[in-house]
Amino acid sequence: MPDRRLSVVLRQAAPIPLDVEFSCEPGQVMAIFGPSGSGKTTILRAIAGLYRPEQAQVRSGGESWTDTSAGVFLPPHARTVGLVFQEYALFPHLSALGNVMTALGHRPRAERRHRAESLLRLVHLTKRMSSRPHELSGGERQRVALARALAREPAVLLLDEPFAAVDKAVRRRLQDEIDSLRRTLEIPLILVTHDFDDAVRLATHVLVVEHGRGVASGPMSVLTSRPDVAFLREAVGLGSVFDAVVTRVDAERGLAALSFGGGELFVPARAGMAGASVRVRIPAREVILAVGPPQGLSLHNVLVGSISAIQVEPTSDLVIVRIQVGDEFLLSEVTRDAVARLQLAVHQRVCALVKSVSIEVQQTSRA
Amino acid sequence: MDWSALGVSLWLGAGTLVVLVPWGIWFGRLLAFRHFRGKLLVEALVTVPLVLPPTVLGFYLLVTFGARSPLGQAFQSIAGHSLPFSFAGLLLASALANVPFVVQPIQRGFEAIPRDVRDAAACCGLTPWQRFVRIEVPLAWPSILTAAILTFAHTLGEFGVVLMVGGNLPGETRTLSVAIYDRMQAFDDRSAGIMAATLLVIAVATLMVTTTLSRRVSRARA
Repeated sequence: MPDRRLSVVLRQAAPIPLDVEFSCEPGQVMAIFGPSGSGKTTILRAIAGLYRPEQAQVRSGGESWTDTSAGVFLPPHARTVGLVFQEYALFPHLSALGNVMTALGHRPRAERRHRAESLLRLVHLTKRMSSRPHELSGGERQRVALARALAREPAVLLLDEPFAAVDKAVRRRLQDEIDSLRRTLEIPLILVTHDFDDAVRLATHVLVVEHGRGVASGPMSVLTSRPDVAFLREAVGLGSVFDAVVTRVDAERGLAALSFGGGELFVPARAGMAGASVRVRIPAREVILAVGPPQGLSLHNVLVGSISAIQVEPTSDLVIVRIQVGDEFLLSEVTRDAVARLQLAVHQRVCALVKSVSIEVQQTSRA
Repeated sequence: MDWSALGVSLWLGAGTLVVLVPWGIWFGRLLAFRHFRGKLLVEALVTVPLVLPPTVLGFYLLVTFGARSPLGQAFQSIAGHSLPFSFAGLLLASALANVPFVVQPIQRGFEAIPRDVRDAAACCGLTPWQRFVRIEVPLAWPSILTAAILTFAHTLGEFGVVLMVGGNLPGETRTLSVAIYDRMQAFDDRSAGIMAATLLVIAVATLMVTTTLSRRVSRARA
């Protein structure tokens, strides 16, 4: 297995300000997440060699694609990248098959057709191979674009807002397909999105970008530890994200039990949940703190932990309390008054109370 | 009917295409994709023959390539005859007069290709030449064809520049449109009428072909 780690450093003051540095390992999915106009697409273009920033270093495994300090700049056709464009950018004069075959120039001529057909089958587009792009629906075009990007046998797969142009139902299916696909690909995957749903569903890692500057990066749990990242707070609301497994489903009570690094959580049961891996998000404003075990409540979720940090918000009366529960962290948004009343302090043991219906659950794999 | 005049006209049309279209593809594409200082001026210069009276264009060509000019003398020493009043001179004049008819449609054709599509071709591993041949030219093809047809038709009808630069030498520089004028001066209405009708038929056919082409393209991209 060749080393296919992607590492990227981009810096420039103008015309598009850039200041990011990250790396992504094979099998990881890095979501570049930020408001529109924050330079996310420019980052992808710089990786693909379609844009040359003032100072840049792009390395894929042992290959240097861009190194401005050494005067290295490989043209895009010499880089093995698969890029799925936001509007798909299919070749309008070629059929779906022709589009995919165009990216198979590195394969012997006799193999190309067969290979393109099997790629289109892989993205579940078996019937419309000879259709031109304008005859295809948005979802179908997206699949052709994905097959074309994979045809290149890329060392890195780049997806630019891949779900922006399809409706919600299609979006959900495509997310599932990309997710199962990336498990079979031993390459880094970079996903540009302004939609937090995409990030939660697909990403293992996140890079938050504001005005071209990487303001936070790391595993998904970075979201739990960085209440200071303004965009995350505004777009998503503050909250903690972690992975869990559905251990049992109690159909009679309508509840499912999730096991996570901090113990057990109960959420409303949904069909097909049993045994599945899920990603859980608990919004900070939905977490209530108590200094002792509460009684006589309708709540299912009482998590006992200790306060690891208290962050006072300078501009509001709200305080963010970070609680360690087992191996995971929860964030709770409470008022300044509540902190004073309960005399909350770091290292103090508290109970975090969460209504089961407030917990957002995304299935990340089938049972 | 002056068959040799028809022959000169057709040769001139074909020759203009051969000289102008490859250059027009290169230059139109350059104007479509590149941004450079003075592009506005270049675009204006390309359009000039469209608004300039043909006699003015002819005058400057005669001055530039006349027997007393360095360019004219250089041509004379190479070719053995002077550029004005020869088919070569006619071809040069016709090519210059037709620059806007070739460059502008081709430029629009290349401009209509979305940048993402060109970038996608690069990301598919196509070299610049492969991108040009396999993606750009097929997508700009209707515009290139339109430019070629318009240029051919326009060359057949060109009168002012032809008369100024080429004169009226039978079999050498007398085109159909000059022959019509010539016949009318000689009160030969019948010959003039036949030749005028020939040009009219060619013009109508040309327009029908270009309209059909552009319809087919807009349908294919709908």
